[in-house]
Amino acid sequence: MAFDEPTIAEILRRQGISRRGFLKFCATTASLMALPPSMVPAIAAALEKARRPSVIWLSFQECTGCTESLTRSHTPSIEGLILEQISLDYHHTLQAASGEAAEAAREAAMRENHGKYLLVVDGSIPMGNAGYSTIAGVSNLDMLKETAAGAAAVIAVGSCAAYGGLPAALPNPTGAVPVSAIIKDKPVMNVPGCPPIPVVITGVLAHFLTFAALPELDDHGRPKVFYGESIHDRCYRRPFYDQGKFAETFDDEGARKGWCLFKLGCKGPVTYNACATTKWNQGVSFPIQSGHGCIGCSEPGFWDMGPLYKPLSMPIAPVQMMVGAAAAGGAIAGAAMAMRNRAAKKSAQAAHQKVTVEDLEKAK
Amino acid sequence: MTALELLTWARGPGLSIALAVCAFGILLRLFEIFGLGRKADLSRPRDHSPGSGWRTIVSRSLPPPGMVKQAPVTYIGGYVFHLGFAITLFFFVPHIELVRGLTGLSWPGLPTQLIDIAAVAGLLALIAVLASRLSNPVKRFLSGFQDYLAWLLTFLPLATGYLAFHHLLIDYTLALALHVLSVELLLVALPFTKLFHTVSVFVSRWYNGDIFGRKGVAS
Repeated sequence: MAFDEPTIAEILRRQGISRRGFLKFCATTASLMALPPSMVPAIAAALEKARRPSVIWLSFQECTGCTESLTRSHTPSIEGLILEQISLDYHHTLQAASGEAAEAAREAAMRENHGKYLLVVDGSIPMGNAGYSTIAGVSNLDMLKETAAGAAAVIAVGSCAAYGGLPAALPNPTGAVPVSAIIKDKPVMNVPGCPPIPVVITGVLAHFLTFAALPELDDHGRPKVFYGESIHDRCYRRPFYDQGKFAETFDDEGARKGWCLFKLGCKGPVTYNACATTKWNQGVSFPIQSGHGCIGCSEPGFWDMGPLYKPLSMPIAPVQMMVGAAAAGGAIAGAAMAMRNRAAKKSAQAAHQKVTVEDLEKAK
Repeated sequence: MTALELLTWARGPGLSIALAVCAFGILLRLFEIFGLGRKADLSRPRDHSPGSGWRTIVSRSLPPPGMVKQAPVTYIGGYVFHLGFAITLFFFVPHIELVRGLTGLSWPGLPTQLIDIAAVAGLLALIAVLASRLSNPVKRFLSGFQDYLAWLLTFLPLATGYLAFHHLLIDYTLALALHVLSVELLLVALPFTKLFHTVSVFVSRWYNGDIFGRKGVAS
């Protein structure tokens, strides 16, 4: 990080972001991260003074959806600018360089910012065969280990990097594992979602620049500020759940009236994410608002957690056959027991010896 | 294993196993009970007693005169618990969805506030009857391990369901998983403990009423 480089505030001004816009971004970030309003000047001061943070972005077994989510916003946002144009030293999809020049850029960033750069990873790492996924002839595992060694912290972006995601879904043909399964000696933060909310990434980045540390994490390594509450608890359709008003199909009257989507398989009650509060596309909407239940994409292993369109309280697998067979078995076993009991009764009756008064007299 | 994985197991293999054991056990016990047969009653039935069995089903479900005053916790607690439990079980929408998933049958649910009241009433009644069982020397003397087990197995689904619904003490996903598992425990134990009265209560009341009717005891 050379000191002759412009600060973030300078770069933003060059991009046409006014000071008012910048302070608004700082205030939004502070409120999103549940920081007190008194922290807004601190964030603004830290971001203004901060030199360009170096971010190396590695993409492994992924679909590029996470990058798409972050970069294809309707209008270029401050979040987008901070991430795409200010920070990224290496990103397959976004960088202009290719081939050896691209790898050279990564190595240069690692060398110049050793111990200070942030490593962002999207995609899972195949452990089955190194050849399943390689970049410039280097296996994902080797590249992750090498790049993580000099990183200040690692951010696993998307459910694949955070938990293994789709590549790790049963039967997990490539032996895919998340970043946290490999990197044990660095702070690893998970920002799951398929894809994750862009503002979460930049919020975390702002936190890192202001406080030089990652925010507080939950049991799954997610920043608590964004993943602390379930979608269900923050859902604007929650009152309908409490009133017992549900959409039964995607086009019935209940659906048109915007009633709760629990019966259509919404996983909001067991999904922890900020969709219901920050929403998507600059706060326009989120899946439930557009009429589809939450699929629980920010939870570990969500692909293997039962059908997407079955209510949470419904059984996952058909049980009728098994229960029918068990009932038939019970009936047969019961009948056998009844027959045995009857046989015992009969034999007891047969063994019964009659005693007459004469017999008793004789016995005297 | 994460809480969501536990919930997935409980909704999948766990539920299948519990329902299978429950169905096996219920059929086994019903066949066994009905297969026992009864000794032929050679005596002439006393008086005229048709319908005595059916009347007993109703009369034994009501407290005998004066008994509510004498044992209020037993009677009122019993009613409140059974009603609260039944309302919570049959009219909470996610429960109806479970039945719909298993059988295709469904009916309208009640607002969650009413379910909440029913569940709390059921829980309080369960605590009251346990306190009475422990403090009353006669009840305590008559109680065995199975009575306490049946109480616990009934209490757990209500308690975990309440915790899950209100997001109390533990994370919702874990609470929901524990709730489903506690119900599965109840299902597994149901055929083989006193909880079997869920199935046999009216059968045995009918039989008692009928046999006593024959013997001249009015129902």
